[in-house]
Amino acid sequence: MDVQRKLEILADAAKYDASCASSGTEKRDSSDGKGLGSTAPGMGICHSYAPDGRCISLLKVLLTNACNYDCLYCVNRTSSNVPRARFTVDEVVQLTIDFYRRNYIEGLFLSSGIIRSADYTMEQVVSVARKLREEHRFRGYIHLKTIPEADDALIAEAGKYADRLSINIEMPEENSLAKFAPEKDVRAIRRTMGRLRLKLDETKENVRTATKTKPPRFAPAGQSTQMIIGADAASDKTILDTSANLYGSYRLKRVYYSAFSPIPDASRALPLVSPPLIREHRLYQADWLMRFYGFDADEIVDETKGMLSLDIDPKLAWALRHRDRFPLDVATASREDLLRVPGFGTKAVDRIIATRRLTSIRVADLARLHIPQKKALPFIVLSDHRPSLHLLDGAGLAERFKPKATQLGFGF
Amino acid sequence: MHIIPLDHETDFHGWRKAARALALNDVKPSDVSWTIAGNAPELFAPTALPLEPPHGTFNVSSRFVELAKIAILHRNPQRFALLYRLLWRLRSNHDLLDIATDPDVAEIAAMAKAVRRDEHKMHAFVRFREIGREHKSHYVAWFEPEHHIVELAAPFFARRFADMPWSILTPDLCAHWDGHAVSITPGVAKSEAPTADRLEETWRSYYASIFNPARLKVKAMRNEMPKKYWRNLPEASLIKPLIEGAARSTSAMITNAATEPHKAQKRLDLSKGNDEGNDMPPKHDGDDIETLREEAADCRACPLYKDATQTVFGEGPPTARIMLVGEQPGDKEDLAGKPFVGPAGQMLDRALQEAGIDRRTVYVTNAVKHFKFVPRGKIRLHQKPNTAEIRACRPWYVRELTAIKPELVVAMGATAAQSVLGKITPINKNRGSLIHLDDGTRALVTVHPSYLLRLPDAEAKAHEYERFVQDLRIAADLLRKSADAA
Repeated sequence: MDVQRKLEILADAAKYDASCASSGTEKRDSSDGKGLGSTAPGMGICHSYAPDGRCISLLKVLLTNACNYDCLYCVNRTSSNVPRARFTVDEVVQLTIDFYRRNYIEGLFLSSGIIRSADYTMEQVVSVARKLREEHRFRGYIHLKTIPEADDALIAEAGKYADRLSINIEMPEENSLAKFAPEKDVRAIRRTMGRLRLKLDETKENVRTATKTKPPRFAPAGQSTQMIIGADAASDKTILDTSANLYGSYRLKRVYYSAFSPIPDASRALPLVSPPLIREHRLYQADWLMRFYGFDADEIVDETKGMLSLDIDPKLAWALRHRDRFPLDVATASREDLLRVPGFGTKAVDRIIATRRLTSIRVADLARLHIPQKKALPFIVLSDHRPSLHLLDGAGLAERFKPKATQLGFGF
Repeated sequence: MHIIPLDHETDFHGWRKAARALALNDVKPSDVSWTIAGNAPELFAPTALPLEPPHGTFNVSSRFVELAKIAILHRNPQRFALLYRLLWRLRSNHDLLDIATDPDVAEIAAMAKAVRRDEHKMHAFVRFREIGREHKSHYVAWFEPEHHIVELAAPFFARRFADMPWSILTPDLCAHWDGHAVSITPGVAKSEAPTADRLEETWRSYYASIFNPARLKVKAMRNEMPKKYWRNLPEASLIKPLIEGAARSTSAMITNAATEPHKAQKRLDLSKGNDEGNDMPPKHDGDDIETLREEAADCRACPLYKDATQTVFGEGPPTARIMLVGEQPGDKEDLAGKPFVGPAGQMLDRALQEAGIDRRTVYVTNAVKHFKFVPRGKIRLHQKPNTAEIRACRPWYVRELTAIKPELVVAMGATAAQSVLGKITPINKNRGSLIHLDDGTRALVTVHPSYLLRLPDAEAKAHEYERFVQDLRIAADLLRKSADAA
């Protein structure tokens, strides 16, 4: 089988994993002339976008899609009839370098089906990264998928070469993982995440206190995970609680939500419908509220329903449930409160705080602050605007925000 | 009217020099017209007025200078005038740039943002094509930037691709890297650029394979990769056919859903029978510590297992004569799966040493073996276990006790005392004396080391620590006496 055919199979097998970012790592470049590549520490670079709206930042492939496990939701499960392939270590290394030199990618995201044993598989994955770093002096981004239960020494080595390590929690609840992925052990996954966090903490501590010798590096872009949404019956409340737990327990950089989409040759036990993309989007918005807007997991979802609204975004939904906290006077409100106004992003809030010291803010200014008027005005007081309480308390307010019924389809 | 000719489209120095002179001459922004040298003058060009040689000086913030350097790269012909107007206004209002709602500030910010975005997209969407092979290869790209960003964007490529010679050709300017320095030459026509690369077919098949047809989101793609960039992206020619085929391949996946499992599955099932594949883990009633530990790993006697990472079981030699019982694992212990490895553990280690007890000779465990907490952003706030949880966990303690058979159990903190003595037991009243338990074991009650960590006052801390060491000395003395008696 030639490399291009293998690439087709092993990229296809990797496309259900949502994580792809190349951000948040240390700053590196090759201006010393001895290597290839650099990293953009602030934000990663997306080199292309597929028609599914997802960015292509890394060469995302599996080392092999052969797998001993039989996870129902996974296209690579042992009982699936998909064609199988396996890259050699050198093939992945060469592809990465070749693609990188043409500026197609920021680096490599390597995962693998589990073959023989956790240690054997992890050793293969690590050897690709080792070769890239040591033989090719590759300084681009490397994200490795960690195999749970792999030996500590292999994990340490993976962290030495990789920018980010990840391990997928897969399902929001332990019992659904047991049902869908009988060979996977949520305890082992969590233990590995815990080990990673200890190593990350330790490295950070060493960097802080280091005097002369530089401490060994360990995954400077931290760890992330992925949860599949919509394959099981977990509610949004459950999903967000699980995320809050994972963020708090293991300091994950990201939890990726991946709407379960039909896979070739799928199991009968799965909902084979279009993936719940809007739900996925709402979960990302809710996740954002937890990480950047000071919301707690348990206030984002309406307790009685357990699900996020599909019609309106979670912050607007929260504001509609808490109308007694509005309208908010933009001239005097605290940063924390401003962050809770529908339509106010973190940058807009920063600009408001700088601006209001010097001048009053009027309705016409909202556009210059990139704030959508329709969304924000019912909730705020400006120097030339006060919403009618009739509107804020009225039943019609929520209706104003519901999208008009539109025909399904895609503009092209 | 003053007509100011600038040398070229990105002549920041020329603009700065002229702007300074204009401002010092008190020339109003409305009386200035900016042009690029060599561009044909307007038909009814206003007459140029000579400027007085400037005298004096004035300062603007470096923030304005940085913003101007970026915004001047915008293709909007009004940018020089807008920048001068801002400069003019900044002289009387130093905080102007903070007023995000000011139309001039908003406009310049939008221009700078557009330039930065174009620069970012150039970093992303340049596609090199290889000319020549292997050691002699040269990498050449064709790119059509929206703004005047070639010089701005070039250093990025120099840092990234330092070990290979490359050229980025554009209609405005071209940037070249020879391994040592970036050089800039005039723009060229697209026909000068190479049209193919041996890797392009591979890249295109990657692009097609990584696309999931079941999740079409064309608008999201076009927001991030506007159509104007498509003509120079080799993969973009696939976009239309991929979208058109998406519905077909998705419905094929759905209708062809269930097939019979592959034979590999059967093979694997057979191979599984011998050692794995039993649904039920074996239940051990044997009470050696290792067996208990394995059994406890799956404990679901109370709901605390759900949020915790793992069961943190006791640790120490099975022949230990002292058993230390803490309250519950903390953050560190939960991650490491070992008791007393965090800050409280370090405090305990120090106190044990001072009391003359080697930690390696004692068995250390907790009354409750899962970490109880509430997540608060990036931290986990420790929560005190309730009586139901202490009770649910107590059988593990009892079985550990039976397996170790220590001479003395030291209960540290109220939760531990409740478990060890089987009832709620105030610490201070019982502290420092040996309590005889029904099974003949002796117990000693003291505070939990994390209590010492929480004391805010240094003096109280030192005092309480000393009392804690005193309590541990009672344990040490007891061991010595029983050793002497033996």
